[in-house]
Amino acid sequence: MPDKTRTPPYFIFFEQMGEVGILLSRTFKNFFRKPWEGRIFLQQLEEIGVRSLPVVSLTAAFGGLVFGLQTYMGFHRYIGPGSEAYGGPIISLGLTKELIPILVGLMVTGRVGSSMAAEIGTMRITEQVDALFTLGADPNRYLVVPRTVASIIMLPCLTLYGDVIGVAGGYLYNAIMGVNRTLYWRNTMIYLELWDVITGLIKALVFGVVIATIGCWQGLKAEGGAEGVGRATTRTVVIASICILILNFFLSRMLPVSLGQ
Amino acid sequence: MIQIVDLHKSFGGKKVLDGVNLDIQRGETVVIIGQSGSGKSVLIKHMIGILKPDKGEIYIDGTEICCLSEDDFYKLRKRFGMLFQGAALFDSLTVGQNVAFGLERYRVFSEEEKTKAVRESLAMVGLRGIETLMPHELSGGMKKRVGLARAIAYGPEIILYDEPSTGIDPIRADAINDLIIQMQREMGVTSVVITHDMVSAYKIADRIAMLYEGKIIQEGTPEEIKKTQNEVVQQFIHGMAKGPIKEY
Repeated sequence: MPDKTRTPPYFIFFEQMGEVGILLSRTFKNFFRKPWEGRIFLQQLEEIGVRSLPVVSLTAAFGGLVFGLQTYMGFHRYIGPGSEAYGGPIISLGLTKELIPILVGLMVTGRVGSSMAAEIGTMRITEQVDALFTLGADPNRYLVVPRTVASIIMLPCLTLYGDVIGVAGGYLYNAIMGVNRTLYWRNTMIYLELWDVITGLIKALVFGVVIATIGCWQGLKAEGGAEGVGRATTRTVVIASICILILNFFLSRMLPVSLGQ
Repeated sequence: MIQIVDLHKSFGGKKVLDGVNLDIQRGETVVIIGQSGSGKSVLIKHMIGILKPDKGEIYIDGTEICCLSEDDFYKLRKRFGMLFQGAALFDSLTVGQNVAFGLERYRVFSEEEKTKAVRESLAMVGLRGIETLMPHELSGGMKKRVGLARAIAYGPEIILYDEPSTGIDPIRADAINDLIIQMQREMGVTSVVITHDMVSAYKIADRIAMLYEGKIIQEGTPEEIKKTQNEVVQQFIHGMAKGPIKEY
């Protein structure tokens, strides 16, 4: 016999969308309200930005290298030797608009989003969130706002840094393989526009909001001890990663290809 | 001062509070007793607005708290202090920063006054020179006392204690009982205390209320509670395994 009292999945989906919507609107409203938690904001800038540099450096460098490798192989095999220098713009466009924002988003989700959920989740089950409330600190202003603002600032910064490393990685592979360096850069400079880089930074900004919101949301609703915190952490990584991949497609579709169009 | 009228609260279909009625007068100490999981913590969390009732009203000095604006609610919270069951110290802050947390938000103090207030609050709970320690460096009992110092540091009018003597040795527990009595007598603090420790309850309570199956089934002075004919209350206060209370 089917259990008729079970809540239908679509109802849970809409309920959770509502929870995220309410959290997000409260957070944006609190952006401009005093008191600002400056100390926590600075800590989060360091946590999200500075401490993510090693992992972003590695992923961007190897992302750039492999992209450079495949582009080189493609041109070499299908167009012919000597044409590889035309891969420069493709590598740079692909990295700055798509690959680096995604890689940074996913890396920060795994490193920072999960830790947000675990930290806030632990605070929730040990009644520290309730204690904040009784001691005059709004948990949203104290916990969510500094993390969201820091993510919004740091994700584009990390992406820009990753762009430089990734493009350098792609160039390095082609340079090692003997591609004409002058032609490679000239082509890159002709076809790569500032808007292409900005597109990637806009995506990173949106991913920053997604990571912080989902991490804090899952942390704030954690219940059931250590197991609950573990669940919140896993859910954060899964939900935020899926959101990033889906949003990336829609942002790519919605953002103009270039400012001239 | 605090009036609870027909309070109902359920979690995931499980009814925890089922029509609680309780009046707490200014300056009195009311002890709430009841089984573990009977909803005592849920009840006091409603008094300070951490939880919202499904049904029923809570009045503080005649004002219903559910309908207050954010600013008015902030002013109201300033009048409350709360000691949590597990102390709920902020892991990332030192003991001194924990105790100063409410002071910084509720009272305007110079750095010097703040340091003095922190030192005095810690001294009141029998702790000295631990301002720079982190919570993980403290024992369970010390954490509880720091939690109490944090709750009383900004001079609230109403203090809610969730099991103040649990995890503390009997001598320290008695010192905390004395502190609760002292704050009531000298500063007119209204206290609501949750405890299983009947020795503490008889010592500090002006009135004792027993919560059972979501309702206050008995309330009265410690003497009245001791003499009650209610078998549930008798079983609980004497800590007997056999009796009408089956589910533990």
